[in-house]
Parts: sequence; C-alpha cells; structure tokens
Amino acid sequence: MSSEYLGQFKFTDGDGFYQALIDSHQALSLEDSHRLNARLVLMMANEIGQLEVLKSILIAARANLTQL
Amino acid sequence: MDTSESTEQKQSVQGRRYQTLEFTYARSGDQDAGRVARHPIIIVGAGPVGLSLAIDLAQKGQKVVLLDNDFKLSTGSRAICFAQRTLEVFDRLGIGEEVAAKGVSWSIGKVFFKDRLTYQFDLLPEAGSKHPAFFNIQQFYVEGFLVDQALKDPLIEIRWMNKVVGVQAGGHGPAIVEIDTPEGPYQCQADYLIACDGSRSSVRELMGKESKGRVFQDRFLIADVTMSADFPTERWFWFDPPFHPNQSVLLHKQPDGQWRIDFQLGWDADPDEERKPDNIRPRIQALLGKDIEFQIAWASVYTFACLRMDAFREGRVFFAGDSAHGVSPFGARGANSGVQDAENLAWKLDLVLRGLCPPVLLQSYCAEREAAADENILYSTRATDFITPKSEMSRVFRDTTLELAQDFPFARRLVNSGRLSTASHYSRSTLNWATQEALFHGGIEPGSPALNGPIRRFSQRGFIDAWLFDHCKHGFIVLLFLSSKVHSIQRTDLSHKVSSEITHLGSKGWPIHLVEVIIENLDEADRQHIDNFGSSNVDQKDVLRQKYQASSGTVYLLRPDQHVLARWKMYSDNGLTSVFQKLRELNE
Repeated sequence: MSSEYLGQFKFTDGDGFYQALIDSHQALSLEDSHRLNARLVLMMANEIGQLEVLKSILIAARANLTQL
Repeated sequence: MDTSESTEQKQSVQGRRYQTLEFTYARSGDQDAGRVARHPIIIVGAGPVGLSLAIDLAQKGQKVVLLDNDFKLSTGSRAICFAQRTLEVFDRLGIGEEVAAKGVSWSIGKVFFKDRLTYQFDLLPEAGSKHPAFFNIQQFYVEGFLVDQALKDPLIEIRWMNKVVGVQAGGHGPAIVEIDTPEGPYQCQADYLIACDGSRSSVRELMGKESKGRVFQDRFLIADVTMSADFPTERWFWFDPPFHPNQSVLLHKQPDGQWRIDFQLGWDADPDEERKPDNIRPRIQALLGKDIEFQIAWASVYTFACLRMDAFREGRVFFAGDSAHGVSPFGARGANSGVQDAENLAWKLDLVLRGLCPPVLLQSYCAEREAAADENILYSTRATDFITPKSEMSRVFRDTTLELAQDFPFARRLVNSGRLSTASHYSRSTLNWATQEALFHGGIEPGSPALNGPIRRFSQRGFIDAWLFDHCKHGFIVLLFLSSKVHSIQRTDLSHKVSSEITHLGSKGWPIHLVEVIIENLDEADRQHIDNFGSSNVDQKDVLRQKYQASSGTVYLLRPDQHVLARWKMYSDNGLTSVFQKLRELNE
C-alpha cells in the first residue's frame, strides 16, 4: 500500500480556510448546504486529480467514520 | 460566596492583602489651587493597562496623574493568562520577577471531545527564552505588584475615588477633565488624556464615542474554585463533555490552589439563576467528580463581544486596553493586548513631550494598535465561531474536525479552542526603516518584536549568565553584533564608530544606548580571546546570532518598546542618524 493517507497539515492558512468554508454555508438551507458540500467534494477532488490519492482519502475517511 | 478556613489558609498572605487592600482618598493640591491645574499626562483607570502606562512613562521621566474612580484592586481573578511578551514588558517595568515567582507557568493544552482526549498541544517557547509561553496569575496580584511599584515612583500621583464626569477635548488647547470626588468636583487640564478605564469606559461615553462590533449570543459562567485536586498545570478544554453536554468547558490552574472554570451556558440560560451558588455547585461537582471538595471563591455570568472603536484617538484623548477594543476570552488577548497598547503609547508620548518628535508620531500608535486589535478580533471571532457553531452544518463541520483530529494531524491544527496571544508585529508600520531587507534572509524584520536570549558576561573573576533584555530596558537600543573570529582591531574600530554616532545622537537628547553582543564564540580555543572582549555580552549558546541572523557588523535598532525599528546587515556610516532624522521630521 504505497498511498496510505497520512493527513499531514498542508494548508497555508487553516483558520482562514475554515472561516471561508463556514462563511460559504451562510444562510443556506440544510438541503442546499448538503448540495454545496457535494459540489465542494467533487471540485476539490478534481483539483487533487490522482485516483490513488483520492482512493486513499476515501478509505481513510470511511474507516474512521465506522469507528465512531 | 463560600469562604472557609481552609480556603483562607491556602491563599497567601500577600493575596489576602491585595484582596482586602483599600486605598484612601486624599485631597489633591489641584482642588485648592484657585486655578485649573495643567498636567502633561492624565491617565484614567488604575487597572493593568493604566498602571503599566503610568510606570512606563514615569521611568522615562514623565510626570503622571492617574485617576481611579474606586479605592480597591479588582475583585475576583478576572484576567489570568499573562503571555510571554507581557512578562517581558513587566520585566522592563520592574515586576516581572514577582509575577514569575507567584504565577503558575504552563505550556501544554489538552482538547477533549465528548469523553476522550482529542489531542494536546505544547506552546513551548523557542530555544533560549527566559519566560514560558504563559503565566497564570489572578489579575489582582498583577495590579497589586503594579500599584506597589507605582507608589514607589515620585513622578506618579494616584488619585483614588476621583471619577471623571466630564471631558472637553474639542479645541486646540489641552483637554479639560471634570473630576468628581467625595469632597466635590474639580477640574484639571491635560496635554494628553489616556482612557484606560475598561470596557465600560466612562471617558469614551462622555465623549460620545462607541466601541462597535459583534455581540455573541452566548452566556458563560466563570468560577474560581479553590480545591486540592491533582489536575496537572495545563489548559484543558472540553467540547461537548458528558458532564456538560452540548456546551464547552475550560479549566485553568491559578496560584493559591485556585482553578478557573468556564462553562458555556448557551443564550437561553438565565444569568440571575446561574449566578446562584446552589446552581453553580452541581455544575462544578459534575466536572470534578462527586468526592472532590471545593469552595467557590468568585463567580460571574458573562457575555462578550468582539468590538473596537473606529479610532483609538480623538484629539488629545487616547484610548488603550478594553476601552478601545474588546475580544472574547478565548485566546488571552484582553489584558495582554492592553499592556502592549500601553508600551506602544508610552515611548511615543515621552518623545513628543520632550519635543524630540512632532505630535504626528502619536498617530502611529493608532495605526499599529488598531491593526493589532483587528488581528486579535479576527482570531477571537474565529475561535468563538468554532466553539459555538451558528448553524447545523457549522456544527457538523466542527464535530467532524474534532473526530478527525483524533487520527489526522491536519485536523488538530483546525481545532480552535482559542489561538493564544503572541506579540504583535507592526510589519506595515510607517515608522519601519527597511533599507537593507534584501541582505537578510530571516532574522527579525522591522516592526517585529525583538527576541530575548541568554548572554554570558565574562570578567576576570569568571562569568555571569544573564539575558539580552536585561540591557534593553530604557530608551532606544542599538544592538551591535561582533564576531570573535574577526580581528580585535577591526572589532574595536567598528565599535568606536558606532558608539561615537550614538554619543552624538545622545547629545541631541535621544535616549539611546549601545549593547554589543559577541557572536561565534563557540570553540574552546576562542575562549582565550575572552579577555579582549572586556565586559561584553557573549552569545555563548549561538542563540542570538541565529535569531537575529547576525554576522559581524550587523546592527539592529530597537524602539523603546523593544520592537525592531531598523536593521543593517553591515553597519553603514550615519545610518542611525538618518533614522532619527526621519523620526524628528515625521509628517502626515
């Protein structure tokens, strides 16, 4: 498994991103917020591009979800 | 509130003294002068900010009148987290040792989500720091140390129970201050009036000014609890813990066996009900576990806002500390930023009153500290939004971040339980002199705070270990770095050039001092040369050379508040003189 997801911090400004993310949801209905999230996943995934990397993220995100 | 004998015993004698200390009103000469007395500086408010400012100004030789509407130190602990930079200021003011001796130092913070530890951080200061990241100490101790220091200074006159009831600052002349006392009102004139009178500033109100911003719809219960529990000396923050579901809780250690606990209550909580000891006790007991005995020393229910005045100056009136700006408590940015306001303003007022700089210098106080307030408000608002999500999706992101933080490093750095106060950087200040920046690759940029570090002073009888800032307490400081590897004739030549320029500037009235630092003295063989350095400061651990990216001949000019004003990779003739000429001729 060459592409295990490690989750290292890569943001240039993590707090700035978090604020922008929350702001982008402002005044949306919950339904629209879910649509926004789905759009974001697809658009950000496209920016990552590499299928191997994306698969490792999908596995890591899912694995940790089932633990909880 | 509960107090028992065991509580009393745990509190130190000094703590009891400060908590019961009452100052007496004394009639001042101004009340009988027959004409309105004029003072160069009147400060309103004897809290940490007003007292720091008064001491700083008096140490520079300025006479100060300090008015306070009360006759006691603050009750309860209030501000408790004092940051490294504040301790450096306190060192300069002469109370650093006392704060460090009484305070509880900490650097580790733990964040819990529900019933488990999510992650921990360590605010370990960089190598060669004198102070830890934070000291926790009750505000009344800090005020007590400052008052004791101020009372020793004949240039400071504190007038207790003197309440400002009117301010006229419209014209070109001095501000006119109307003051009420137990013996009736009187008036004073002030060349400069500085309002350090807190978030409900009466000076601000009297002048019809507002501090504006965002009020958060949330309530917090704050309690100081005395107990003998074996929690470590760390900052503990819980999101949604089992003992206080859906809300956050913060636990902090203080001196005298006291602990600060903050419970988020939500907007719907009834503040009058929540304030009752019978309602507070079960909340605390749930956190501590049923077997731990405790006493409540002080408690309060509060809301907060992130706000500031549009301008920290109105003519001859300046605002500093909470009167000028307010933040949420997550981040320890209240008192710490107020003390930085005070140190920023003190040297500027001094230079203007001495006639060394035009009054426009004071405008840089506003530019620098308004930008600092914006930064504090930004950090504080983000933390508050993380702690109290404003929508369902916002809460999903918050909780997901906390879940991910358990496994992934990136998420730990997104968790925001408060980004803790560090020194402000005035990187955009128009005072900065940045002519040789291309020659530096790192070090400390103009506008940034200078960094402390260990130095060793050699003499024939051995050596003494000290700190660079021990020599940077008064006036402008010229740090001249000289390498032990450079021939001593060259060194002496450079040293003479710099010191003669400084002597010349000194003769024109500038408060300026030279501090030489010998770098690259690492090899045993080099120690033989030590005799040649006389009483110089030696960067024995190579900390200062690295922090300042210094080589032989590098010069840093520090402002009296220890921020870098200018730097030269290699000393250039009359470089210092040019900077002071600019200060003397500042214009709009």
